[in-house]
Amino acid sequence: MSLLPDTDTDTDTDTDTTAHTDTGTPIVHGLLRFATAGSVDDGKSTLVGRLLFDSKSVLSDTLAAAERTSTARGSATVDLSLLVDGLRAEREQGITIDVAYRYFATDKRTFILADTPWHVQYTRNTITGASTADLVIILVDARTGVVAQTRRHATVAALLGVPEILLAVNKIDLVEYDQKVFDTITADFHAFTAGLGIPAVVAIPISALNGDNVVTRSGRIGWYDGPSVLEHLETVEVLDSRSSAPLRFPVQYVIRPGSDYAADPDYRGYAGRVAAGTVRSGDEIVVLPDGHRTTVTGVETADGPRERAAAGDSVTLLLADDIDIARGDLIAGVVDAPTPVNEFVATLTAVNDKALTPGMRALLKYGTTTTRVIVGAIEHLLDIDTLTELDGAASLQLNDIGLVRLRTADPLPVDPYQPRGAVGALLIIDPADGITLAVGMVGDRRAAITAASDVRCQAVATENDALTPGP
Amino acid sequence: MTSTLDAAPAHSRPRTALDSELDALESESIHILREVAGEFDRPVILFSGGKDSILVLHLARKAFFPAALPFALLHVDTGHNFDEVISYRDRVVVAGNLRLHVAHVQDWLDDGRLTERPDGTRNPLQTVPLLDSINELGFDAVIGGARRDEERSRAKERIFSLRDAFGGWDPRRQRPELWDLYNGRHAPGEHVRVFPLSNWTELDVWRYIEREQIDLPEIYFAHEREVFARSGMWLTAGAWGGPRDTETVVRRQVRYRTVGDMSCTGAVDSTAGDVREVITEIMATRITERGATRADDQLGEAAMEDRKREGYF
Ligand SMILES: Nc1nc2c(ncn2[C@@H]2O[C@H](COP(=O)(O)OP(=O)(O)O)[C@@H](O)[C@H]2O)c(=O)[nH]1
Repeated sequence: MSLLPDTDTDTDTDTDTTAHTDTGTPIVHGLLRFATAGSVDDGKSTLVGRLLFDSKSVLSDTLAAAERTSTARGSATVDLSLLVDGLRAEREQGITIDVAYRYFATDKRTFILADTPWHVQYTRNTITGASTADLVIILVDARTGVVAQTRRHATVAALLGVPEILLAVNKIDLVEYDQKVFDTITADFHAFTAGLGIPAVVAIPISALNGDNVVTRSGRIGWYDGPSVLEHLETVEVLDSRSSAPLRFPVQYVIRPGSDYAADPDYRGYAGRVAAGTVRSGDEIVVLPDGHRTTVTGVETADGPRERAAAGDSVTLLLADDIDIARGDLIAGVVDAPTPVNEFVATLTAVNDKALTPGMRALLKYGTTTTRVIVGAIEHLLDIDTLTELDGAASLQLNDIGLVRLRTADPLPVDPYQPRGAVGALLIIDPADGITLAVGMVGDRRAAITAASDVRCQAVATENDALTPGP
Repeated sequence: MTSTLDAAPAHSRPRTALDSELDALESESIHILREVAGEFDRPVILFSGGKDSILVLHLARKAFFPAALPFALLHVDTGHNFDEVISYRDRVVVAGNLRLHVAHVQDWLDDGRLTERPDGTRNPLQTVPLLDSINELGFDAVIGGARRDEERSRAKERIFSLRDAFGGWDPRRQRPELWDLYNGRHAPGEHVRVFPLSNWTELDVWRYIEREQIDLPEIYFAHEREVFARSGMWLTAGAWGGPRDTETVVRRQVRYRTVGDMSCTGAVDSTAGDVREVITEIMATRITERGATRADDQLGEAAMEDRKREGYF
């Protein structure tokens, strides 16, 4: 929450005319979602605490609570990491084991931070935090540089399709603010991420403890002339390709007011959120999996009809023909509409103690559809430290990431996974107790990102090859 | 009408970055509310007449426009509520032709299922009537207006939060929530709490209230009132049990940042007479909403977490 003494952001904010561009080129939203990653003790909590503190986003009662705890522990200064801890069990263990969301704003931008643990035993939490992130901050300790965990974090971000990485080389004070150390670490990191197809990587030397280059640029690091961490977060333009993709509109709910709506008792609208692409009145669409074609006659909201809606917008569509459409159907543009399939591969992560094994029956949630699924062969597991394939796995255990074949009872119009889960994201659910067993991305994500690093921006075509049409 | 659903507010002026941010929050909340309608048999909105629940109701009506609201409303009335809030609640229900269930804490006190606390505070007493009502009326999704920025233990709350048959919240049973896929499956007797405002901040709420011209109970705005000081906040004198002999009643210009049980909801000194002035005041304020106005949250840092485990909101 912004507490900056800016009394009139309502009218003086830049007019964001690009917020709904058709072209899918970089746009600046008012909102940036980001996640932080780092090994234990790299200084993640200190960095986040300092971002909140120095951007004046910590409220006095929260600060007072942190002060009380610091004093009780016999510390003379306020431990900023206390501003960001969460549940009691975690406080007692002194580690973060779940995803905590934090909200802060400056006069330039609003931020949602998914604060996640990135130890290998918490891969599920990492993936949760990264799933909607526009950017991930990866911390390294300047004294140790790029370690196995750093590579793992970058790999997870790449698998999830996170468009931006900020490498924060922390504790630069402990290496005498030495440029050579920084240069070696960034070179190591770039050498690794070059193979991951991540569109953008920026590196910044910081001391989270002293506040160097966190919010304000540091005078102690004269050789560095780039932005501070906060400046970068405020100005980074996030590539959003969702709106330039073909239309995908999963139907959530059919609105039929009947006699409640005297103006049009025959009103029938299809409510949902545009997952990808744009839609406007007059567009030809196809309803999947059945394949009926018709025309959009209205894009409605409670505030009145709209000319068009783009990815992310919740609207209600009116259609020319009276066809039988229910929750779970997908409205797609007629060009590049997906072919419904009963069998495909997906890159899954097991998120529960109960492992996934071939032959297992479960439920699959995709968009607004839930269908029965049989888990097929586990093609391979991924070693996320090296991005190599491990063959011969009999099951997908908690926190494993692997390529798994899935067979569904109903044909599903799936698309290859796109960043932030716009399309191609799924859940595997235990029908007995409703637990989410695994989360997944349609297609072979490893193949997609390694291909993307060879031929950037053609990842979609490559991912399509990973889809196997049903029998 | 308590909101301007039919008036097409504010969309004629030029769109700003703030609008696109509020639009994004609105679209996300509407998506969540439609998922609830699509996946549950008997959803209910917890409606207290507080601004967050008013906002949930507003968004829900927008989500299903022009159809009637597919949700009932439930209010747990401690009996210590502000008159202005109760009359606001009743106006909204009549005007919107809504279905409201009220669980009166007093009924539970009268028949001995609950006993009054020595300090007279009834906020903690809401849990049992809430859970009893959920069970008796068979609600499977209970929609609340809680936000993650309100309090630290809420920062990890899911948007779909599973509660066991006792209403309890077990952090280890919460499901990972990725992308915008929500898993609402639950066993019979369990229910899911749904928080469509999870990603809103207090400031977002007020800015949206301004943009949509949503009516609120008067006590959210500065007015003169007889109050006395307790636990660092201004409490309203009243039949609920305050002030004590040692406490002096004074007349001050105040407003409320949250509305709840009179025994533990404090007013803040304020001259903010309308939404715009409230926004200006919030932007200059250095205390979180709960810290400023909820005596029961100051019990301890882990107070809220303990109450969540017990099935409180
Ligand atoms: N010298 C120095 N110490 C730091 C810096 N950042 C963090 N630390 C210390 O490193 C330790 C671990 O930091 P913490 O934020 O708890 O790490 P986390 O486990 O990644 O959240 C603490 O003792 C911090 O005070 C820094 O930039 N310089």
